[in-house]
Amino acid sequence: MSIQLIRQAFNGNRPPQRMWHSHELKEQYDVVIIGGGAHGLACAYYLAKEHGITDVAVLEKSYIGAGGSGRNTAIVRSNYLTPEGVRFYDESVKIYEQLSDELNFNVMFSQRGHLTLAHTDGGVNTMRRRAEVNQIEGVDSRLIFPDEIKNLCPYLDVSDHPRYPILAALYHPPGGIIRHDAVVWGYAHQADVRGVHIHQNTEVTGIKVKRGKVTGVETTRGHIKTGTVLNATAGWASTITSMVGINLPLTTIPLQACVTEPLKPFLDVVVVSGSLHVYISQTDRGELVMGASVDPFSSYSMAGSLTFLEGIAGHVLELFPSLSHVRILRQWAGICEMPPDYSPIMGFTPVDGFLIDVGWGTYGFKASPIAGKTLAELIATGKTPTLIAPFRLSRFEENELVGEKGAAAVGH
Amino acid sequence: MLLLTCPNCGDRNVSEFRFGGELSSRPKDPSALSDAEWANYLYMRNNVMDAQTEWWHHNVGCGLWFLAERHTRTNEVIKTYPYVKRET
Ligand SMILES: Cc1cc2nc3c(=O)[nH]c(=O)nc-3n(C[C@H](O)[C@H](O)[C@H](O)COP(=O)(O)OP(=O)(O)OC[C@H]3O[C@@H](n4cnc5c(N)ncnc54)[C@H](O)[C@@H]3O)c2cc1C
Ligand SMILES: [Zn+2]
Repeated sequence: MSIQLIRQAFNGNRPPQRMWHSHELKEQYDVVIIGGGAHGLACAYYLAKEHGITDVAVLEKSYIGAGGSGRNTAIVRSNYLTPEGVRFYDESVKIYEQLSDELNFNVMFSQRGHLTLAHTDGGVNTMRRRAEVNQIEGVDSRLIFPDEIKNLCPYLDVSDHPRYPILAALYHPPGGIIRHDAVVWGYAHQADVRGVHIHQNTEVTGIKVKRGKVTGVETTRGHIKTGTVLNATAGWASTITSMVGINLPLTTIPLQACVTEPLKPFLDVVVVSGSLHVYISQTDRGELVMGASVDPFSSYSMAGSLTFLEGIAGHVLELFPSLSHVRILRQWAGICEMPPDYSPIMGFTPVDGFLIDVGWGTYGFKASPIAGKTLAELIATGKTPTLIAPFRLSRFEENELVGEKGAAAVGH
Repeated sequence: MLLLTCPNCGDRNVSEFRFGGELSSRPKDPSALSDAEWANYLYMRNNVMDAQTEWWHHNVGCGLWFLAERHTRTNEVIKTYPYVKRET
């Protein structure tokens, strides 16, 4: 990393004056992407870069990154439970590894290692199974025990004093954290440079369908003619899809997170505990970023709650008793569209020209590069890439669910 | 939303309740359903950003399953009432 930084300092690279521009809304676009999160912007970028499709509009009702892409806790990993999931997310990790160079923007991907703790026999079994599946797919992931855990993370209480002592952990060295805003801005910039129109403050209010085919989009700034629409609105996905008269297997639920005041660096792995419903990492600024599982009931509200803070504080202290004097700096929430099997839903729908990139739940930020890339290919070629075929919408009636709950419910 | 009104017990802290998801109608003749209709019943949701009729369970109170109408953007509860089976 540091050598790269020094090299960059001497190559005359200067930040652009403006990262992206505002445009008049055109009457017509080849492709309209709804949702200016990392997914929508990545798809626009790959459409332009890899397929020469530049007549693309990204419509964002607020500012880009206003949704989950600016609210997540930035964990990137590929140690999932199903072979389909592992293969898919691992392609994303590989893109992230060279994304700073590709976008000419430092996304600060820090592959510091990712630990998923097991406190019960059932937990150890799940970790063992994940390690096996991961290794078969060529992903660096293995089961480790308290001695090694203590070496990686000296402040973690690995004694048998806690109510749920740590028995083992799934260790995934390539996992880590990233600067989520930089990913959004980097994709936006490179899409803008290639001619994509990013329209902020432009809300989609309706979608025109004629004889089963998309013909246009209604927005708060006027009508757009188009034959191809991608719904990349994550938490809001059902509100968009209902405009074309179909339902999705999604329930929108808030997910909260918080950060503490900055501390000296002491934690250089990401630590997740499924049993305690908590995960924690330390940013480059020294703040501890902490999160949990989703709120207890569905909602589109992004209000935080004291219940969440009380719960997370208690659980973090079980893992790190030495943090008892640390203060919380701020907390926030985002909304997550949860599918029944914790896997994404991507590709074609019964409405011709209406495509979806949804079902990202609490874990979808890490998938932005590969989702954008594969969906751009799908739009350009009209064919579903094999990597995302398991995530088709029709899997629900074909009874081919891709169950990732055991690897995605807490460790986003 | 901090309080929810149980039809039996009155206003209680929302942490006493368990959320049971949006109300949907059960298939009348389950054995006559196609796979797509089953998938629709089991998995597909309206998931509205609007007033929603939904199930709640007073699980640490009287144990009643009842219905609430709640706005899913503001969490404002419009009303709660006991479930009455209707012949349709
Ligand atoms: C607290 C929290 C922690 C998380 N942690 C992680 C993590 O560690 N790792 C991980 O991989 N994932 C994580 N996630 C999940 C991740 O944030 C999301 O899955 C991901 O950001 C989704 O990206 P997106 O681009 O699809 O959607 P978003 O970034 O949500 O973008 C959707 C956009 O659509 C816009 N929109 C909505 N309706 C309309 C409309 N009608 N017209 C126009 N625009 C509209 C919204 O304003 C929004 O900007 C977390 C989520 C939260 C909330
Ligand atoms: Zn009651």
